Amino acid sequence: MTFIPKTVFFYITVFFSGALFAIGLQVSSMVEPSKVKGFLDISGAWDPSLALVLFAALSVFSIGFALLIKPRIAQNKSPIASDRFHLPTAKAIDKPLMLGAVMFGTGWGIAGLCPGPTIVNLVHLDAKIVVFFIMMLLGMKIARTLKT
Amino acid sequence: MIDYAQFTPLSALLGGSLIGLASLLLLLVNGRISGISGITGQLMNKPNSSNYWSWVFIAGMLVGAVLGVSANNLTTPDIDSSWLAIIVAGLLVGAGTKIGSGCTSGHGICGIGRLSTRSIIATITFLVSGIISLYITK
Repeated sequence: MTFIPKTVFFYITVFFSGALFAIGLQVSSMVEPSKVKGFLDISGAWDPSLALVLFAALSVFSIGFALLIKPRIAQNKSPIASDRFHLPTAKAIDKPLMLGAVMFGTGWGIAGLCPGPTIVNLVHLDAKIVVFFIMMLLGMKIARTLKT
Repeated sequence: MIDYAQFTPLSALLGGSLIGLASLLLLLVNGRISGISGITGQLMNKPNSSNYWSWVFIAGMLVGAVLGVSANNLTTPDIDSSWLAIIVAGLLVGAGTKIGSGCTSGHGICGIGRLSTRSIIATITFLVSGIISLYITK
């Protein structure tokens, strides 16, 4: 670490995390809308694969969080290459949380795409995926405008 | 009924572990939550020193995606939705994640992994909504 400036190390890890995240989405088949729909289709031929994706991701993250991150926060230590942990502070179970989750879930069920897989799938340059991505940005923009 | 022909437990566990590891790394080293909807939303703000990392993360995702496609000979996923469905669903996913402050990654992994009640409620809500909307539209 001594020969690599902290900011360079910071951006290298961010880039690497993004790449690893994308490969994880591909390996797990979360990038396949048909796979997502097979998981949400509990009344038909149910494919439980995505429950295992969530289970594995949660296991690795929550064990790592409890063992490596929580103690750092408790001791007021910063992340390895950054000044502080940027953690969400909101606690309220309020109307926006519920309304937003219902809207997101509804869209997810219709197309079988959520934000991560949409970005990963952009590299296929498929017209429907590109339009979905643009609509997603537009939806964010509209929600933001309505909020302010 | 479980569809054993489509069930892929090993790749699901392996891929999920990679996703969890990526999220852990980003928080431990960079102090950031890997909520993809939040990171994507940053792309619409003016680039500044506090959101450069979002651009770098998305660039990493795209490069990782290209590497994964060529290494595993992945083909374009089948999108069987109509154009209308794509437009409506895209708007709902974008607006919903903005209003509800997160998606599958931010609430489902990072939030639940930190035992946030808010994220647990949000995840159950979008899962149930997804099941219902698929049931109605399929």
